[in-house]
Amino acid sequence: MANILVNAPKTAKKGEIVEIKALIMHVMETGFRPGTSGRIIPRNIIEDFTATWNGREIFRMKMSPAIAANPFVSFSAVASESGTIAFRWSGDEGFAAEHRVDITVT
Amino acid sequence: MSALRLAAVVLAVFTTSLALAQGDGRRSGYQEMGPALQKMQDDDTANPAMLFVQAGAAAWREKAGATGKSCADCHGDAAASMKGVAARYPAFAPEAGRPIDLEGRINLCRTTRQEAAALAPESDGLLAISAYLALQSRGQAIAPPDDPRLAALRAQGADLYKRRQGQLNLSCANCHDDNAGRKLAGVAVPQGHPTGYPIYRLEWQALGSLKRRLRNCVVGVRAEPWPYDATEYLALESHLMMRARGMTMDAPGVRP
Repeated sequence: MANILVNAPKTAKKGEIVEIKALIMHVMETGFRPGTSGRIIPRNIIEDFTATWNGREIFRMKMSPAIAANPFVSFSAVASESGTIAFRWSGDEGFAAEHRVDITVT
Repeated sequence: MSALRLAAVVLAVFTTSLALAQGDGRRSGYQEMGPALQKMQDDDTANPAMLFVQAGAAAWREKAGATGKSCADCHGDAAASMKGVAARYPAFAPEAGRPIDLEGRINLCRTTRQEAAALAPESDGLLAISAYLALQSRGQAIAPPDDPRLAALRAQGADLYKRRQGQLNLSCANCHDDNAGRKLAGVAVPQGHPTGYPIYRLEWQALGSLKRRLRNCVVGVRAEPWPYDATEYLALESHLMMRARGMTMDAPGVRP
């Protein structure tokens, strides 16, 4: 399992705009760099990042080789209902990671 | 962001910089950075080095080697047992009969206590554990041990620090004493105090040790870098820790 750090509030008021930040460990190898052998290191990046709130998609991002290692994504969402925010990363070489946080909306 | 939260952040940043100010003209690399990078370092969910800390915390409890022991089996909770430890290295290791740095200590424990293979220099595994240990010294003053067995090494380090080398014929002191605070290629030249190691250097897009940083400088003056196990690094590290004695650790740091 990949190392992940997510910063999302545990509680929010209904209708409040909350800031959500997600950081994941990943090399984000561009596919353009030669290794010590002189051969190009194959591309290995995260291609997709999505966040869902109780199954409803609230954020989606397509990543490119230009994004640095250990990508950090920050976005905001309107707190509508209590439940689970799920984060999913997927990419090259079958990379898949998931993280969930619970939020209580009052 | 609410006004209250903004005030709290401003206060937090202010108190951090206050705690890090030494009042004797010494400035850490943290103080040379802009507010955006300082904020990145201060937020434990935005500081990428914390990903390695997370891995290090897991490695701390992981059984390894022929004895099947984990670090925690002997040392218990790192938050208590490892507090201030990273601020004291390099130190003399009686069982090895020579001075070692923190990475050396980790590997000495691995080979003698766990009977596991030593971790390679700059490997993710070694960096993760050293980042985890360095975190336990965050906010602590750098306190190199008062040990006469380190005197020769420190003298060697002080000498190396002042010795010109490489095609550019520069010593460490030429930049980090004589020109600290000025700019080199648009970036502030820091005074070179090792308060935040291991650091997540944005240029590297990775975590790296003080050794890697020293190698960077050696290559920068176009000298031949010493191999990773060379005494020269240990000597420079010992000298730098003496030079930064009393400064506050802010590891694991983020640096440009």
